[in-house]
Amino acid sequence: MENALFYIFAALTLLFAFLCVANPFSRNPVTSAMFLVLTMISMAGLFVLLQAFFLAAVQILVYAGAVMVLFLFVIMLLDIKEEERRRFNRFAIALGGVSVIGLGFILFSTIRESKVGAGLKLTAVKGSDTAALGKALFTEYLLPFEIVSVLLLVAMVGVILLSKKDLK
Amino acid sequence: MDWINQLNPTMQFAIFSMLKVCVVIFLAVMPIVAYAVLVERKVSAFIQDRVGPNRAAPFFVKYLPVVGPFLVRLGIFHPLADGLKSFLKEDFTPAHVRKVYFWLAPAIAVVPAMLALAVIPFGSTLGAQKMVIADLNVGILYTFGIVSLGVYGLVLAGYASNSKFSFLGGIRSSAQMISYEIAMGMSVIPLFMLVGDLNLSKVIAYQADGAWLVFKQPIAFVIFLVSAFAETNRLPFDLPEAETELVGGYHTEYSSMKFALFFIGEYTAMIAASAMMVVLFFGGWTLPFAGLDQPATTLVMGFAHIGIFVTKMLVLMVVFIWVRWMLPRFRYDQLMDLGWRRFVPLALANIVVTAVVLWALHAK
Amino acid sequence: MIVKRANLSFWERLYLPALLSGLQVTWRHFSRTFFAGKKVTMEYPEQKWVVPEGYRGAPYLVRDQSGDTKCVSCQLCEFVCPPKAIKIIPPGSSGKPAERANAEKMPAEFEINMLRCIFCGFCQEVCPEEAIFLQRDYSLTGLSRGEMIYDKEKLLALGGTHAGVQKWKHKLDEAKEQETFPVKG
Ligand code: SF4
Ligand code: SF4
Repeated sequence: MENALFYIFAALTLLFAFLCVANPFSRNPVTSAMFLVLTMISMAGLFVLLQAFFLAAVQILVYAGAVMVLFLFVIMLLDIKEEERRRFNRFAIALGGVSVIGLGFILFSTIRESKVGAGLKLTAVKGSDTAALGKALFTEYLLPFEIVSVLLLVAMVGVILLSKKDLK
Repeated sequence: MDWINQLNPTMQFAIFSMLKVCVVIFLAVMPIVAYAVLVERKVSAFIQDRVGPNRAAPFFVKYLPVVGPFLVRLGIFHPLADGLKSFLKEDFTPAHVRKVYFWLAPAIAVVPAMLALAVIPFGSTLGAQKMVIADLNVGILYTFGIVSLGVYGLVLAGYASNSKFSFLGGIRSSAQMISYEIAMGMSVIPLFMLVGDLNLSKVIAYQADGAWLVFKQPIAFVIFLVSAFAETNRLPFDLPEAETELVGGYHTEYSSMKFALFFIGEYTAMIAASAMMVVLFFGGWTLPFAGLDQPATTLVMGFAHIGIFVTKMLVLMVVFIWVRWMLPRFRYDQLMDLGWRRFVPLALANIVVTAVVLWALHAK
Repeated sequence: MIVKRANLSFWERLYLPALLSGLQVTWRHFSRTFFAGKKVTMEYPEQKWVVPEGYRGAPYLVRDQSGDTKCVSCQLCEFVCPPKAIKIIPPGSSGKPAERANAEKMPAEFEINMLRCIFCGFCQEVCPEEAIFLQRDYSLTGLSRGEMIYDKEKLLALGGTHAGVQKWKHKLDEAKEQETFPVKG
């Protein structure tokens, strides 16, 4: 049952991701954005299968619910007629395909060589995994967590600075 | 009922879950939506010195001597007529719309609101069954996640309609809902700091032991209430619809059942918001006397708990409805100002204060 | 002109007083309608609005007190009618003579298209015979456009008898009075 679900969700994720970047039926950016939303939702499904309910919920809440809405917002405000009319560029597709295959190969072989996860065991978290996650973030991984926070803060300040038309 | 006990637990779970879904959706949500519309029309009528709908009378009314005319005056049959009308009206798809999204949007507007109801504990127990469709550990996060998807219905409707009014409505709704989701999400954090668990059943248990959270966290309640108005696009925050400026906002181009779906979506979201508030702030299905705050042992108590929950929820829905006829619409910049410059800092301050108080209490 | 906005006080900026007074107003109206049954609307088909004196409703033809058609088919109303709602077919030179004294002819057909009529009252004002009056009907319905064109029979039936001064009787009385001298004031 779980295996079957995993394959279903994995296939859906890949399919939606593919349709997001190279939809043969529509060149509409909104369609791509919607497929990206679907990709994220199927990914949340994968998180659920891993019993990571918190991550699944946050994935939907943050990515599908907020980030993508902003994407849509921007896409809709821009004039996208141009984009819709642009046709496939054979050369670009060929080049893109080659680089994807190359990168995929490197990624795959690196993971294989480094044997990541060889010693890991799946441990079922009892009760609320949110507490465990929070504890881990604020004790064991405090430094990376704080670094990421500062990074986000810097990004935020930068955005505010950039969006100000005339600096004093 | 022997055959039920003979099935394996998974099957039992599946059957009861299906049953709960069907009962909740078709016997609770749909009628409440229909009659909430009627209450809305009646309340608005009384507030505006009118009488409201009092005409619809199906054929069997004339066989009911005294009750019949009274029910007709109450407008009891109007929701039936409304429903029938939405089904029979011409479903018109304008030529200039983007068909796929135009058809998809009403469905996307309804589904998240209904899904959000899944984690709400609407009663203690009935027999051996817990009265909640999905007793998730991350209940509240699930609700927020699902509710945040509801905005797609409106945005896509605005985009698909390919008309200025709809488009402005859609854009407004996306900005509005994202802004208020943040205030809303942050307003409930202090509650969970107090409770120590994200599971909604635990939240109710916590309130059954002590005071309702509305008394402990009044600021959180106010922020949540106002944000709920914004999230459900109700006046004074109904900018996506804004009849006076945008015709009908995102659903300007919709007719018949597709329009009705947006309506159902809005009212279901209202139900979900009221139910959330009952669970988070008003003690869910408990009442602090007559032993009503413990999980039910008998069927009667089980039903009583469901009754208490539904009553509390309906009271909150009347608040939603009443406010619509009480306040004028906010201007867009006022809306954003209220969300970002008042509620977000207020909610943050509330979190910090709660944390400090909790820390002080625990340090002793 | 620039109007300076009054600065809101702290309480006003909290929105709370506004909320309370909103609640107060709505509750006052709600309770007045709900409990005391005071409403400002009328339940239309059962309760009808009583039109005030001088109301300009649908124009109908009237008969005089002896039951004769007052209209003499002069076509002034047809001419004056701004939206051309009136259509009169005069009897013609070989047509039927008038049914009453003091009249040369009666209209062979007299139609008012109520869909065109704008209830301006010009016809009533212009009519030398006081034969057409805007009356109290304000709710005209029909299932087709044809039904909304009222013909002479219908207009006369709906118009009834002219209650006021009977023009020719009045003139006759005046003439008789003038035969005796001195004329009364
Ligand atoms: S009321 Fe005015 S519009 Fe109507 S028939 Fe008379 S003149 Fe014409
Ligand atoms: S109604 Fe009056 S104005 Fe019109 S044709 Fe008859 S007499 Fe003349």
